[in-house]
Amino acid sequence: MSVFIMTLILRLLPVTPIQSDSFTSFQAFQRAATVLRHPRCINCHVPGDAPQFGSAGEAHAMRVKRGLDGGGTPVMRCNTCHQETNAEVLHGPPGSKEWRLPSPRVRMAWVGLNDQQLCRTIIDPKTNGGMSRDTITHHMETDPRVLWAWNPGPGRESPPMSQREFVALIRTWIEKGAACAP
Amino acid sequence: MIEFSVNGKPARFDDDPTTPLLWVLRDALGLTGTKYGCGIARCGACTVHLNGAPIRSCVTQVSRVQGGSITTIEGLSSDLSHPVQKAWLALQAPQCGYCHAGQMMTASALLSTIPNPTDTDIDDAMSGNLCRCGTYHRIRAAVHRASELARKAGNQ
Repeated sequence: MSVFIMTLILRLLPVTPIQSDSFTSFQAFQRAATVLRHPRCINCHVPGDAPQFGSAGEAHAMRVKRGLDGGGTPVMRCNTCHQETNAEVLHGPPGSKEWRLPSPRVRMAWVGLNDQQLCRTIIDPKTNGGMSRDTITHHMETDPRVLWAWNPGPGRESPPMSQREFVALIRTWIEKGAACAP
Repeated sequence: MIEFSVNGKPARFDDDPTTPLLWVLRDALGLTGTKYGCGIARCGACTVHLNGAPIRSCVTQVSRVQGGSITTIEGLSSDLSHPVQKAWLALQAPQCGYCHAGQMMTASALLSTIPNPTDTDIDDAMSGNLCRCGTYHRIRAAVHRASELARKAGNQ
C-alpha cells in the first residue's frame, strides 16, 4: 500500500530532468570554442611573434611581428596597413578599431590548446589580460575586433554560428559556473 | 571638408571621404611621386607618412588624415639633401625605380625612429616594401649609408 502511494506521489510531482550545471557550462564552452578556434579569431591569438593570416594558419607575410605592445614593430605598425574598417576590395587588409595582437606580456595564445586548456586560458585573469567573468562576456559581446569576425570583409568566411548564438553560449558557460571540465 | 597638410602646406579635400589618400595625392594635388602598386597594401609602393609614421596610401581613406600631417616623397627635400636621398643616389639603389618612393619613405621613417638600425631593424621595417627588381641588398646598404650620413650631419 505504502509503495503504491509513494509511486503515485512521485508520478504527480513535476518531472525535472537531472542536469549538472558544470556539464551544461562546459558543453556551452565547447560549442563556443568552434568560434574561438575559427581563423577569424585564432589568427591573432598566437603563441609566437607573427600573427597568422588566411584560413590555413599561415604566418602573416611581410615579416609582420607582434612588437613590444602588440601593435607591430616601431616602423611596421599594424595600422600602417590595417584601417578601422575593412578594405572593401578582395585581398585588401581587414580592419577594425584597435587592430593589433595581444601584448607580448599576456599573449592570450590559444593555438594548439584542447578544450580544457583553452577554457582555463580564457577564464584565468593571469592569462586573459586580467579580465573578470563579466568582462569576458562584455568583451565577446562588444569588442570591435570580436564583432569584426562576423563582418570580415570580402573573401573571408565568418565563424560557424551567429554572434548572437556565440554570446548566448558564452553567457551560459559563465552563468553556469565557467566550468572547464565535465 | 577634410583638412590636412601635405609636405608642410595646407590641403583640403571636399569630396567622398572614403576616397583613398593615394588618389587625393596624385589626382587632386598632382603629387605623382607616390606610386600605385598593388592597391591592397601588399607592396608598399604607395607609402607616405602620416604624422611621421608610414602608411599605405592606397587603402587609407582620406577621412583618416583629417587634421594630420602628410609627407610624400616630394616632401623629403626639394634639393636632394635628405640623407636617404643622398644615400640612394650614391649607391644607385633603384633599378627600375617604381617601388623606390615607397622604399625611401619607409627608410626615412625607420631612421627617424631608429637612427642607427641593425640589419634586423631594417628587415623588420622594410619587409612590407616589395621590389620586383630585387634590389634589396642595395636598399639595405643605402639605409646604412643614410644612417651614417645623418650621423655625420648631426655631428657637424
